[in-house]
Amino acid sequence: MKNNLVTKFLLSVCLLLVMASSHADNLMMVRTTQSFPEAMSFLQETIRKVGYTVSRVQRIDIGLTSSGFATDKYRVVFFSTAKDIEMVSKKYPHLIPYIPWKISIFAEEQDTLLVTANPMSFANEKFPEANKYLSRMKKDTEKILDIMRKSGD
Amino acid sequence: MSLKYYFVISAFLLSAISPLHASEKDGEQLYSMHCSACHGANGHGGVGVPLALPDFQYGVTNDYLEKTIRLGRPGRIMPAFSNLKDDEVKAIIKHIRTWAPGKPFKYSNKKIKGNLKNGATLFARKCAACHGANGQGGEGTGVTFSRPRNLPVIAPALNNPGFLASAPDMMIKTVLMNGREGTPMLSFLKQGLSEKDIDDIVAYVRSFENQKPVNEEPAEEMPPLISFESPNSLEETIENIKKAVEGKNFRIIRQQYLNEGLVEAGKENKKQVIIYFCNFNFLYRALAIDPRVGLFLPCRVTAIEENGKVTVTTTNPKYMSKIFNNKNLDHLCEEMHGVYEGIVEESTF
Repeated sequence: MKNNLVTKFLLSVCLLLVMASSHADNLMMVRTTQSFPEAMSFLQETIRKVGYTVSRVQRIDIGLTSSGFATDKYRVVFFSTAKDIEMVSKKYPHLIPYIPWKISIFAEEQDTLLVTANPMSFANEKFPEANKYLSRMKKDTEKILDIMRKSGD
Repeated sequence: MSLKYYFVISAFLLSAISPLHASEKDGEQLYSMHCSACHGANGHGGVGVPLALPDFQYGVTNDYLEKTIRLGRPGRIMPAFSNLKDDEVKAIIKHIRTWAPGKPFKYSNKKIKGNLKNGATLFARKCAACHGANGQGGEGTGVTFSRPRNLPVIAPALNNPGFLASAPDMMIKTVLMNGREGTPMLSFLKQGLSEKDIDDIVAYVRSFENQKPVNEEPAEEMPPLISFESPNSLEETIENIKKAVEGKNFRIIRQQYLNEGLVEAGKENKKQVIIYFCNFNFLYRALAIDPRVGLFLPCRVTAIEENGKVTVTTTNPKYMSKIFNNKNLDHLCEEMHGVYEGIVEESTF
């Protein structure tokens, strides 16, 4: 009887926590008052601190400029871990086109904007078991962006 | 002890430990978390409108701001913040009002009556150039990719259900009469229109509520990926992808393994290959509409060999477009969907 009540209590706490944390944003976007070069370097450092590896940086602005288009500084930073790539490839192949994950970073006057998709936007009801991974990615991406948002304060 | 009792205790515990307890948050922090990315740290605008503009501050009510935060602007980037608590929304508005030079106007909820025919004629003559023939608003966003910084706002979509639900008739009338300093919106009184003409325009704008949105198509179930199995070897399939990409006037910018840069060089999984490609003209057009489209970049096709079976996969741009809440991107996503589908089909033929 006692165990039953404890279970009910824990279930109700879990239910309330899930309700409290529900989030509808598909796009995650933050602004930092750091200049672009500072933000770019700090983003890579932050990704590493949160436990991921920067696999590549795509310099979108360089490609645009070399094709004759004027542009602000604009890069895409790819990140993941070798372990995650292997795990996703084996268990959740429907997520392969989204990995490594990326954060777009671009200058807006003196500030820098960072934008990425909420990994939970790629949740698929046919593969509910992938939600745990996507949820972790969402949490870690939020952590990275939150550090970036506060970095210029 | 009843189950209800435990729910009450757990709710109490949750409210005690929740970091989102509204009373502990101040508006500045909430603004920084939810608004500043688009509207600027001090409300000077960017992707979103400059909230600190004195004429904007005078011209909108707290009710307008609250409804705008709650409802957003469907298809016009501004999302609906339905997850925020009432006191959090109020705290954000309180913070936004710290930039106000004075008290905002107060509007009655009086419905303005007018001649719709004359309103439509005047709208076509005076408003459509900026706000679109059907009130669909200007294209693009507020950052430097899309336009010079001396234009702080893109003309709002007056037919947007979020706008129509937030703006009372008297607010629309006041903006038409006085204009909005610091933006291209001029006073229609100064341009020679009478108050009666302005009432007709307001009535016409309000009539957008009854119109079926132009080009509105029924929502279809959108697969998240475009994926085909290839009858060829991985190497042949990769060559076919490259030919198909170039055939679509895109430039190959890189070929790499899926785990490249994450494992020691030479130890990559050679059966998982990404082809990155780009058309800078297309890219520039997309960035001019929405600078956030970096999430699509660079264009990519992935070829995987698993148990002797080769699969070519891309994301579906039409599926991806839903995360941007920007209707102006839809036609580009449609175009890109055609490109991706063509590449995947041609490379697996």
